[in-house]
Formats: sequence, structure tokens, C-alpha cells
Amino acid sequence: MAETAGNAVKMHHVTKTFGKVTANKDVDLELRTGEILALLGENGSGKTTLMNMLSGIYFPDRGEIYVKGKEVTIRSPKDSFALGIGMIHQHFKLVDVLTAAENIVLGLEGKAVVNRKEINRRVAELAERYGFELDPSKKVYNMSVSEKQTVEILKVLYKGADILILDEPTAVLTPQETDKLFAVLRNMKKDGKSIIIITHKLNEVLAISDRVAILRKGESIGAVDTDKTDQAQLTEMMVGRPVSLEIERPDVKRGEKRLQVIDLTCLNGDGVKALDNVSFEAYGGEILGVAGIAGSGQKELCETIAGLCPSIGGSVLYSAEREGIKVQERILGLKPDEISRKGISMAFVPEDRLGMGLVAGMDMTDNVMLRSYKSKKGLFVDRKTPRELAQKLIGDLEIVTPGVDTPVGRLSGGNVQKVLLGREIACQPSVLIVAYPVRGLDINSSYRIYDLLNEQKKKGVAVIFIGEDLDVLMQLSDRIMVMCGGKVSGIVDPRRVTKEDIGLMMIHAGKGEPGSENEEVTA
Amino acid sequence: MSSHTTQAKEPLIRMVKRDALSQQKAWGIRAVAFILSLITGGIVILMLGHNPVSVYISMVKGAWGSSTVIHETVKIAVPLLITAIGISFAFKMKFWNIGGEGQILAGAVAAGAFGLFTAHIFPKLPLVLLMMLAAIVAGGLYGLLPAVCKAKWGTNETLFTLMLNYIALAFIKYLMNGPWKAEGSSFPKIDMLVPGARLTKVFGVHWGWILALILVVVSYFYFNKTKQGYEIAVVGESNNTAKYAGISVGRVFKRTMFISGALCGLVGMLQFAGADYTITEGTAGGVGFTAITVAWLAKMNPFGMLIVSVFIAMLERGSNAIQTQFKIPASASDLLIGIILFFMLGCEFFISYRLIRRGKEEHHA
Amino acid sequence: MLSTLNGLFIAAVLAGTPLLLGALGEILTEKAGNLNLGVEGMMFMGAITGLAGSYYYEQAVLARGGEPNGFLSAVIALAASFIAGAGGALIYSFLTITLRANQNVTGLTLTIFGTGFGNFFGEYIGQQAGGYVAVTDVTKKAFSGLDIPVLSDIPVLGPLLFQYNWLVYFAVAAAVVMAWFFARSRVGLNLRAVGEDPATADAAGINIARYKYLATVIGGGICGIGGMYMSMVTTSGVWVHDCVSGYGWLAVALVIFATWSPARGMLVALIFGGLTIMRMYVNIPGLPAQIYDMLPYVATIIVLVVTSMRQSKEHAQPKSCGLNYFREER
Repeated sequence: MAETAGNAVKMHHVTKTFGKVTANKDVDLELRTGEILALLGENGSGKTTLMNMLSGIYFPDRGEIYVKGKEVTIRSPKDSFALGIGMIHQHFKLVDVLTAAENIVLGLEGKAVVNRKEINRRVAELAERYGFELDPSKKVYNMSVSEKQTVEILKVLYKGADILILDEPTAVLTPQETDKLFAVLRNMKKDGKSIIIITHKLNEVLAISDRVAILRKGESIGAVDTDKTDQAQLTEMMVGRPVSLEIERPDVKRGEKRLQVIDLTCLNGDGVKALDNVSFEAYGGEILGVAGIAGSGQKELCETIAGLCPSIGGSVLYSAEREGIKVQERILGLKPDEISRKGISMAFVPEDRLGMGLVAGMDMTDNVMLRSYKSKKGLFVDRKTPRELAQKLIGDLEIVTPGVDTPVGRLSGGNVQKVLLGREIACQPSVLIVAYPVRGLDINSSYRIYDLLNEQKKKGVAVIFIGEDLDVLMQLSDRIMVMCGGKVSGIVDPRRVTKEDIGLMMIHAGKGEPGSENEEVTA
Repeated sequence: MSSHTTQAKEPLIRMVKRDALSQQKAWGIRAVAFILSLITGGIVILMLGHNPVSVYISMVKGAWGSSTVIHETVKIAVPLLITAIGISFAFKMKFWNIGGEGQILAGAVAAGAFGLFTAHIFPKLPLVLLMMLAAIVAGGLYGLLPAVCKAKWGTNETLFTLMLNYIALAFIKYLMNGPWKAEGSSFPKIDMLVPGARLTKVFGVHWGWILALILVVVSYFYFNKTKQGYEIAVVGESNNTAKYAGISVGRVFKRTMFISGALCGLVGMLQFAGADYTITEGTAGGVGFTAITVAWLAKMNPFGMLIVSVFIAMLERGSNAIQTQFKIPASASDLLIGIILFFMLGCEFFISYRLIRRGKEEHHA
Repeated sequence: MLSTLNGLFIAAVLAGTPLLLGALGEILTEKAGNLNLGVEGMMFMGAITGLAGSYYYEQAVLARGGEPNGFLSAVIALAASFIAGAGGALIYSFLTITLRANQNVTGLTLTIFGTGFGNFFGEYIGQQAGGYVAVTDVTKKAFSGLDIPVLSDIPVLGPLLFQYNWLVYFAVAAAVVMAWFFARSRVGLNLRAVGEDPATADAAGINIARYKYLATVIGGGICGIGGMYMSMVTTSGVWVHDCVSGYGWLAVALVIFATWSPARGMLVALIFGGLTIMRMYVNIPGLPAQIYDMLPYVATIIVLVVTSMRQSKEHAQPKSCGLNYFREER
């Protein structure tokens, strides 16, 4: 096959199904030697599945794969390494209790005895060559996100891979770290390596890639040269119709103060401060975005306010009216049911939807009543009302499900999120906390979620939105609180700062513009 | 051509998750697994030089052949069923209570404290009620202890409840040798319960069987219709979700384990006052363990447990019959129960997954 | 006083050895992410097959008018018990690894099955033998204390360290080898990764199923040898109904106290061995023997609670332990 000679990888008519779901249908893909190819597609368009067939995690149902001109069968990750393919997964595949170097040599052939001195030296050498900073004997559980990514990349390089696949590598990085990563990728390209980068961020595609291949709903739409395309064309190819990717930010008059958090401090499981004197206020009729690198205290912040996580200091005050008089209720230290028994309606959509917000094995009815089953007196549960509500949610939010009796774990990610958010909104909250609400959702579902949040804002709800995509945060939020290492580095107006400013605040605590915070409070 | 070669190099067998299988098909698979387990057991019998069919027939006859043996079979099924219900309370919230044995013994000792030493003070009805109450409280507290530690520190409950079995057993041996030793007996044993305090028989078996049937219905409603049952289900699925819903996981652990232990304790009292009339180290007799398999095979459904416990009781009673008839040791029932359970555990896989042989991709839906 | 202490130490070593073997088998199993609660069952299986192996070997030789060889008899017992334990573990592995059954319940079932297996065949072979199974003095001698030239004759240290039966040294050697295996070898490193994070190990090209099968089956075999110790040494080659009686469960508990370290396993096995026989050496007036029997179990609970109160990241159970791994989960 002469046509495949100049290609590092060629996939031809590859199909992969999971049960009734077709993840990839007759997909064609070409990676030329020495290029950076961006694989673009919405969440759920089958990008990761396709790449997992190159890395040996999945086996295609049908189709052929050619690597460096030869037809190959990749049955396991081992086969994949042997062909020089290395994949850096979105969710890091590292063993926490092992060191960086141990992780790097994991699964490799070699002498029966592991010589730790020797592998540490070799890893250090390799790191130096590509300009990474890394202590080879550091245990993974002590590492930051970007250190872990470094280990992942080194792991692949150590094995001598010349075809690299990076799955959403920038999702967890600050803009500055992203720039660094891109510089490294360009170096690798100069080294003759062929690289596929999976992403759904258009600006990154344009910044780094030579060509773009687009997937939509599991099918390949085509490939274009990066310098001959623009955002609008890529969007249309990705979504299937011209859409505006603008997220609406309706103008709503800011309401009253709903929640005041003062000097909130809490510890994580290891006794380290996860929140360090966090103070902020949330107002009705606004969306307060929360930005930060993963693990900067966002999870603890939500869970402490919601009453799931103990604190060691500070207070959380909820502004309410009691007999016509405005009062501030202390809610810190109260359990979720105690908070709701005080008549405070606070809704919380946690990050772990099926592990915390919902019960995967239960049907919609039982999930809808999760937060309200206690409200009726007596020994028995009432399933009639929640069942009606479930049916209403299916209609209102266009939830795709065989019926209210289907376990929610069987639904797709977007529908799971609609069930969860729908339930939380149904209790008519005055404060709504949402953590990473669009993670893993396709574009349509994501925009539906943004609309729902905006609706709540218009109703006068105080929305706290924990996000990871800075572009979304900046378009949707009225104010953005940036967190770093459990501290608030600042609260800014997204209309007045750049993404880079926020990026800096994400890595340096307390470097925000002090002026903007004061301004916001007095506004 | 090339697509052919790809297929040929495909792994020999792949497995794919099934979409929900219809109930009939699922039960069909389970039935096949059950028959296969009997065949496997039959092969073992064959290797011992007996005819499996006649051994099985004699087992069934040994369990249902006459009213006497039917009474015996029911007498075995009652403790098994109540213990299984008790254990399923804990298992439903993924709290691995394998301390049924100990909780039964604790209940028996508490019942014995009243039955053996206050029979001359109380008339029968209050005495029986006292024994019941004592057994329930003792079994409940014995089950509560590991739940408290699990709620507070996350202590591993599997080993904790298991160790409590051995402690209870040692305590019974202590009572047999020391304080409760029957007067004038040359070997360690505990006195018999006076006939006036023994449980009344209904249709030839002590009334524990009526209680067991009532418990089947009550526990079914508890699991499916009450708030507490709902909480157990949520805790069993995910502790995090429970916390998020404002359910105190620790409290559910404690409350449910008290009930779980209390039901097992009740069994101890029934065994003491209704079946054995005394307490020995064999009072629990492995019921606490067998009940786990009963609960699991029935998928924690109380009505299913009723059927399974009667079946297992048949095996146990039947293996006594084959011991006398074929000289096959009675431990054969444990062996057979193990084999059946292995098959039932294994067959669940074929309900959730289907296998695709190389090159035989089914194109359906 | 000193002689009592020496006596206690020696008895503790002898009583602790089956615990150590069981714990080593379970450590290996759990390091691969499989929580096998069937140790008790596998020990029962090893106990009866080990005994039966020696017994039938002797009977066969005697029937031909020969003289049984003690060494050969011991090797047969070792091999038979290993195979039986491994066989039990293989059932467990097939159900949990290939068929993805719940590990807890499968382990418990293995215990029920193994207990039934041991007692059933123990009684059955006894019946056939006309009463009970017992090996001859030749095999008994092969499982009694060794007399190593020079070493065994050292005063004090000799009896304290060099006069045990060969299985004691076998167990210690197994612990040392296993400690080295986890800490230094490449396969050990891979195995730890499998137990900690199978998805990662899988992506690294490690064959998860093969590692899990091998570790679990070999671990089961070691447990089987521990069971054989019970029937050949503890009960001196006579089948006693329910002879393992909870030792398998103590071994599972020991794994926690040893914090998954084979080296520490030796120490805790010694301590627990001591607890099980203490009543014969340390007499506390007024404390009945049966209450004494509770000691190892009470100690287990206390240590369980204490270890649960302080959690550590490094000395903890392998993270995936108890969970099955399935690559195409979606």
C-alpha cells in the first residue's frame, strides 16, 4: 500500500460498538509522520474510543489499522508499545504509592531485579533532555497535577515511542502550563515524532496543530489543514450545523446577599489545609464562577458549605428572613438534612454525579426522592409524588430514558446530569452550587445546562459555578473567584481581566487585583 | 481480504455487556446453572462409587418422606430463614456481617439465663416473652458492637464479626465447664430447659415457623416501603450519596446492625427453647454461615430466602439420610451447598454479559 | 522462669507457623487486588489432601510390602496440599477474575466449600480406613523437630532456633523470599501495580488476568500448605474433625496487622501463635482455660480497631482490593 507509506498511522473503516451504542462507525484517520494532528470533536463523539483502539485498550469490531505502512493488529497495550505508540490518557494512569521512576518502568521488559538507582538516573537524564523538572524518586501521591502529566509523558518517551497520543492534555493545566506543554510538543515534533492531540478547544487546535481531523457522533467528517481553516468552519464541522458558541450572560440586577463565607478553613484526609481562610459572598441573581487548578480546594469548598465535610474554623452565614426580620443563620457544621430543616433551600450538584449526587442502581423515582423523602411524616416512604416529579422532569428537560423505572446508571452522561440538576432545581433553591456540571457532556447538553443555570439566575437564585474551562467561566459568570492551594487569590470581574490574568492567579495565591474585590463588594 | 485477516487475529472470545435481559431468560440461565451444579455434585457421588440418582432421591425422601422428617426439615429451615433475613439487613447496606453464629449464641445465652434460672419464678408466657426479649437485646448488642466501631473508625467489620463468633463460642464452653455446668454431670454440659418452659408446638413444630413467615412479610415491607429500608438501600449503594442526602451513615449502620443481630439472637432463643432445650457449642451449628448463602442466593429477597432456606434445609436433612443409607458423611451437604453456590455466583456473569466467539459477531439491533 | 519463656517461644513458633503460611498466601493474593476470604477453606483443603497424600502413599507402599520413605511422604504431602489450596483458589479466581463474581461472597463460599471438603473427605477416608485416618511413624517423624548437626546442639539457641520441623523453616524462607519479591523484583513491582491500580497496570501492558490468577493461585497453594501443617504437625498426622477451626480467619486478620508486609508477618504470626498457646505456659489464677482461648480473637479485635483508628497511605490494603477489574467497562 504505497499511499500509507508516508503515514505514521492510518485507520481505515474502523467500527467499535458497546452494546447498542456505536462509539465509532467506519472511521478513517491519517497521521502523517512528523506532524501534529488535532483530533477534534465534541464530548461523546468517539475521540477517546478511537485512540484507545490505537493504544490497545479496546479492540475494533471491524476495520484495519496501519502503522508506518504495515497493517497491524493491536490486541493489547503491549502490542501498541511495540509499534512505538504511546498514549497519555486524560485521567492519569499512575500508581499512587509508587515513585515516578517506578511508574515509568512499570510493565517493561528487563532484568528480573529492578535497580532503582539505575532507573532513577536514566529517568532524570531523559527529563533533563526535554527540559522537564522532576524528582524520579518522588511518590505520585505527593505530586501536583502538572508533575503527574510530566511523568505520563516521560513514561511514553522512556519506552521510545515515536507516535504520541495526548488525550485532552490541557484540561487540567493553567494557560501558562499549557504554553509550556505546547513548546515541548513542538520540540518533539522537531525530533521527528508524530503527535495526535485530542481536544475540543478550538483556540488550542489553531495554536498547535498542523492538521485537524474532525469526528462527529462517532463518524469521521474529514480533515483540514490548520492554516486553511478557522474557528467557524471547525465548529460547523464538529457540531454539524453553524452554531454560535457564545454563551449568554443575561443582565440581571444583582439581588440580596444570600451566602456569606468568612475565613472558612478545613483539612483534608491527610491533615493538610484544603481550605485556608476562604471568604466570599454570593448574591441572588448572579453566577459566581470559581476557577482554579484541579484540587485547589473547590471540592472541599462545596462540600463544607453543603454540610458534608467538617471544618476547623470560620463560618458560613445564610441570609434569611425570620418573621419579617432579616437574620443571618449560621449553617456551618450542620448536616444537609439539618440545613433543610431550618427552611434553607440550598441545592448542590456535586462533581461525582453517580457516586454522590445520585444512586446509580436505583430508578429515577428513588433518586428524585433522595433529598426529600424525609419531609413527609411517618414510617413509610411516599413514592407517588416523586414519581410524578420524575415524569415531569423527563418532559421538561427532554431526558432520554426508557422510563422512570430504569436505573439512572444506565443513562448517558448528559441525561444523568439532567436528572441531577433537575431534581436540585425542583426544590426551588435560593442558593445553587454546581461543581463541573458540563464535564463529559456533549455540546447540546452543555448549552442546555448553561441555559438552566441562567434561568435560575434570572429567578434570583445565587448560583455558585465551579468550572474548569476558563472560556466558559469567563462567558457565563458575573464574577469569578480564583482559588489556589485552598486560598482565594482574588475575585475578579471577567469582563475586565484576561484569561492569562486568571491563569496567573491560579498558580500564585493572592496576586489578584485587590481593587476589583472591594469594588464588587460595595457594588 | 484484509478485513478477513483482521478478524482472524481477533481474540478467540470477547465479552460484551448485555442490555437488560428479560426476567425469564435470566431465570432460565440460573436454572441451567443449578442443574449443572447438581450434575457436578452427582459426579462427586459417582466417584465415591454410588449412584447419584438414587442418592439424590434418598436425600429428597429423607427430607420429605414422612411427617417426622418433614418436621425435622422445617426445624432446620426456621433458624436458617430467620438468620438469613437478619443477615440480609446488614448485607443490603454492604455491611458484611458474618457474625451470625456469635449473635445466635449470644441470644441463646441470654435466653438461657432466664430459661434455666427463672423457670420456677415466672409462668410460661411471661418467661417465654422474657427469653425472647433477652435474646433480641443480647443478639442486637452483639451485632451493634462492630457497627459502632465501623461507624466511628471504619473498622473492618468482616473480621470483627467473625472474631466475635469465636469469642461467643469460647464463652459457651466456659459456661458449660464452669458456672452453668449441670449438677452431677461427668462431662461438661448445660442443664435441660424444664418441659413447662419449652415452646409450644403448632402442627408438630415449635411456633418459630409462624414467626419466620411473619418476618418474611414484615421484612419485605421494611426493605421496600419504609424510609429506613430506603436508607439501607442508599447506604448500600454509596456512602457518599447517603451523606449527601443527609442520611447519617453511622446511625444507619448501628440501627440496622442492631436489627440484624437481634434477629440472629432470636434464632438462638428459638433453638434453645424450641429445638435443643439446652445450649451447646453446636447451638449455632454453622447456621450463621449457611444463612449468608441463603441470603445471597435469594438476592436478599425475603420470599426468595423462604424458598432457598427450605431447599438448603432439605439438603441438610437429606444428607443425614444418605449418611445412614449410603455411609456418605453428612458434611456432604456443605460440599454440595458450596458447589451450588459456586455455580450460582458464576452464572450471574452470563446474565450480564454475552460472549462473542471469533468471527461470529452477531448483528443484532 | 527462663525455661518457661523459652518454652513459650518455641510453642509460639510452632503455633504461629500455620498462621504465617496462611497470612503469606493471603498477602500475595491481596497484593494482586483479590480479597480472598476463603483462606479457611483452602487450609481445610490443604489439610485433608496433605494428610491423604501421605496416607495413601504409605498404604500403597505397605501393601506392596515395602518400607515408606519419610522424605518422600513429606514431599507428597507438600505437593498435594499446595495443589489443593491452589485448586480452591483457582475456583475463586475463575469466578472473580473471569466471571466477575463478588469477591466477598465467593471467598465465603470457598470457606464453606473447603470446610465441607476437608471434613467430608476426612470422615470418608476415615470410614474407608475403618475408623480414622492416621499416618505411620515414618511420616510423623518426617514432620517432627529436626536435628541439625552442630546447630541444634548449641545450648539455649539450639532448641530455640534449630530444632523445629522443616515446615517452620519453609515458612520463614517463604516470608523472606516474598519480602524480597515485592521490594526488589520487577514482577513484584508489576504485581503491586496490579493490586493498586489495575487500569494503570493494564495500560502499561501488564497482563492483569495472568498476574491475578497466578498470585491468587500460588497464594492459595501456600494457604493449603498452612492447612497441611495443621493436620500433619499440630494434630500429628491424624485427621481431627474441624481441625483448622478458625486459623484461616486468624491468618486473614494477620494480614492487616502485618500491614501487607511478609517480614512483619513473621513477627505478628509469632505473637498470635503465642496468644493461642499461652494458657499452657502462663497461668493466671482464677482465669478459666476457655476465657484464655478467647485471647487471640480479642487481640485481633483490639488490633483491628486500633489500626482502623490511624490510617496510613503506604501501609494500607492495596487500593483495588475487593474490586474486580474489567477493561471495557462503559
